[in-house]
Amino acid sequence: MLDNTATILDVANLTTVFNTRDGAVHAVNGVSFSLAPGELLGIVGESGSGKSVTMMSLMDLLPSPPAEIVSGEIIIDGEDVRAMTTAQMRAIRGGKVGFIFQDPMTSLNPVFTVGFQIMEPLREHLGMSKRQARARAAELLELVGIPDAVIRLKDYPHQFSGGMRQRVMIAIALSCDPKILIADEPTTALDVTIQAQILELIRELRQKMGMAIIWITHDLGVIAGIADRVAVMYAGQIVEHAEVKELFRNPQHPYTRALLETLPKAEGERDKRLKSIEGQPPIMNAAPTSCEFAPRCAHAFARCHVENPQRVSIGEGHDVACWWDAKTGGPRDA
Amino acid sequence: MLDTAAPLVKVKNLKMHFPIYRGILSRRAGEVKAVDGISFEIMQGETLGLVGESGCGKTTVGRALLRLYDITEGTIEVNGHDISTIEGEELRALRPEMQMIFQDPQASLNPRMTVGSIISEPLDEHTKLSKVEKRAKVGELMDAVGLARHFADRYPHEFSGGQRQRIGIARALALNPKFIVCDEPIAALDVSIQAQVVNLLEDLQEQFGLTYLFISHDLSMIRHLATRVAVMYLGKIVEIAPRDALYEAPLHPYTEALLSAVPHPDPSQESTRERIILKGDVPSPSNPPQGCNFCTRCPKVIDICRSVEPELQNYGDGHFAACHLLE
Ligand SMILES: Nc1ncnc2c1ncn2[C@@H]1O[C@H](COP(=O)(O)OP(=O)(O)OP(=O)(O)O)[C@@H](O)[C@H]1O
Ligand SMILES: Nc1ncnc2c1ncn2[C@@H]1O[C@H](COP(=O)(O)OP(=O)(O)OP(=O)(O)O)[C@@H](O)[C@H]1O
Ligand code: SF4
Ligand SMILES: [Mg+2]
Ligand SMILES: [Mg+2]
Repeated sequence: MLDNTATILDVANLTTVFNTRDGAVHAVNGVSFSLAPGELLGIVGESGSGKSVTMMSLMDLLPSPPAEIVSGEIIIDGEDVRAMTTAQMRAIRGGKVGFIFQDPMTSLNPVFTVGFQIMEPLREHLGMSKRQARARAAELLELVGIPDAVIRLKDYPHQFSGGMRQRVMIAIALSCDPKILIADEPTTALDVTIQAQILELIRELRQKMGMAIIWITHDLGVIAGIADRVAVMYAGQIVEHAEVKELFRNPQHPYTRALLETLPKAEGERDKRLKSIEGQPPIMNAAPTSCEFAPRCAHAFARCHVENPQRVSIGEGHDVACWWDAKTGGPRDA
Repeated sequence: MLDTAAPLVKVKNLKMHFPIYRGILSRRAGEVKAVDGISFEIMQGETLGLVGESGCGKTTVGRALLRLYDITEGTIEVNGHDISTIEGEELRALRPEMQMIFQDPQASLNPRMTVGSIISEPLDEHTKLSKVEKRAKVGELMDAVGLARHFADRYPHEFSGGQRQRIGIARALALNPKFIVCDEPIAALDVSIQAQVVNLLEDLQEQFGLTYLFISHDLSMIRHLATRVAVMYLGKIVEIAPRDALYEAPLHPYTEALLSAVPHPDPSQESTRERIILKGDVPSPSNPPQGCNFCTRCPKVIDICRSVEPELQNYGDGHFAACHLLE
């Protein structure tokens, strides 16, 4: 059973498979995590490791078929999401839960103006009049740093730059004062000064309104600055999970360690050649029966190739799914 | 060696203005001055990094260079040929030489084509390779960008964001171009694959003398791979310099603010860092401020900045900047 006394979101054992023409894609394999009000959980991981599919599964946003949520318990604010009707689900999306999608161009509709798309959720979820919604939409655009907001509400998405479209997505996600914000690569198209502005805005919203946030990004610098806890994903699983300082100071999983080593330096000596993790990403055409990282792992030994490691606690709030023990440099006891 | 190299791309006073239409009669009500009079050169075999605020005109510069737009004003020379106004067949013949990796991979990939056919499309159009040769080439390209070959029959929506970006990169590399505009090619990738792609771009550059315009918000990555860096603000270049000079001794206040805001992957350092947060009104490219474009937000603004536009001037060793404080 889930203990959801102090949490606003609880996910247990979520498993999502795509049944495609040429076989199954096991995109999410037993993911569990929770989120407390006001907390920011950072999610990092390999490209294709299931970060986006996990979040889309939570919000029931994947087309089915081919997607199938095979198992999992999802509790939002005390309510069982998987038992909800379509109408209840729609009320939650864009209302209690704000969602910033990874691909701003495809999630904005090219035939409607930017203004219309920000006003729509305001009218639907908050029952605002057209005039109220328009005023609020302009306010939101300004909040995310877009100049001439009133005029630019009339623009179509293709008239906005990549980063401006991304900020429209942020404005839409924040429009109904969500309790939970799911942000999938929300600042990849932003320069660092505007990014800093957005991060400041997010910090404020957390403090003032206790918004809980899931922040998916490849930018470990951003994670270092805003996350309370971090989950690291590989091949559809959370392979390591810890409080942010602990994760950077004391990474345990060989994938996390390799990831931290591949960063280009912002200061000091320049690297001649960037480090990358050797080997191919996993295929994910079956549920894992061994450690999916084993073929690329410098520490793999016999057990890694025959048994899939589960997350075990190795200290206060720190767990890792790996047969190798970074502390002893040998196999983990148990 | 690079000093003696000839410029491959020469841009003079480039302007790209988009008309704004308003009202039921769609009257022309002004224009977005996305790129407003910029000049620069890119040397053969170098990587020019292009950075700047979101919406400042970087993508527009890249698209204009490849003549994906009819430019408003100015000249673009590539390899000694003026391509500012060429059209039709003449322009088409140039396409294989100059490619672009697009910022928005999703929007640039045809959803009804398989990944294999997307990557091989330029080969169909511009080469006479046989089917077998094409398949082999597509396989090589997929290896090079880290996409498993057996994904060739899948459609774009079946991929993650980062995987889609790599499809676009593979396609841009298909025709062995000489010049590539890379528009945020790695933003959607995890750091390991970023490294893989950047190493690949560097290898290709070394082997074939490729020239890149590399647009990115990732200042650490730009520092890693650029020869020189140009900084844009609201349609103009405010600073352009050799890499080390720009990172070690930035001259323009906007560049200073930009560099101070780079996040570091170290939680204890992040919690105590001082960054220059820009305040003040963000100006609009349809109505740029009088004087220096940065004057509404510059932490060091002085009176003259609000009336006279500063010119891009040489402060030695190829380090150019446009700011009154330096004069
Ligand atoms: N519609 C689909 N059909 C089949 N496979 C899919 C589909 N959508 C996603 N996948 C696969 O599921 C896996 C997880 O994708 P997901 O988009 O969650 O990755 P991600 O971790 O968000 O990666 P990125 O960092 O690149 O965005 C990938 O291997 C992807 O190819
Ligand atoms: N087709 C268009 N019609 C009208 N305005 C446009 C068009 N394309 C771009 N613009 C405007 O031109 C300006 C520059 O856009 P551009 O896409 O070049 O910015 P960018 O520097 O690439 O930004 P980002 O970092 O966010 O991608 C923006 O104000 C944008 O709204
Ligand atoms: S379980 Fe084995 S293969 Fe997997 S990461 Fe740990 S040591 Fe490496
Ligand atoms: Mg994703
Ligand atoms: Mg752009």
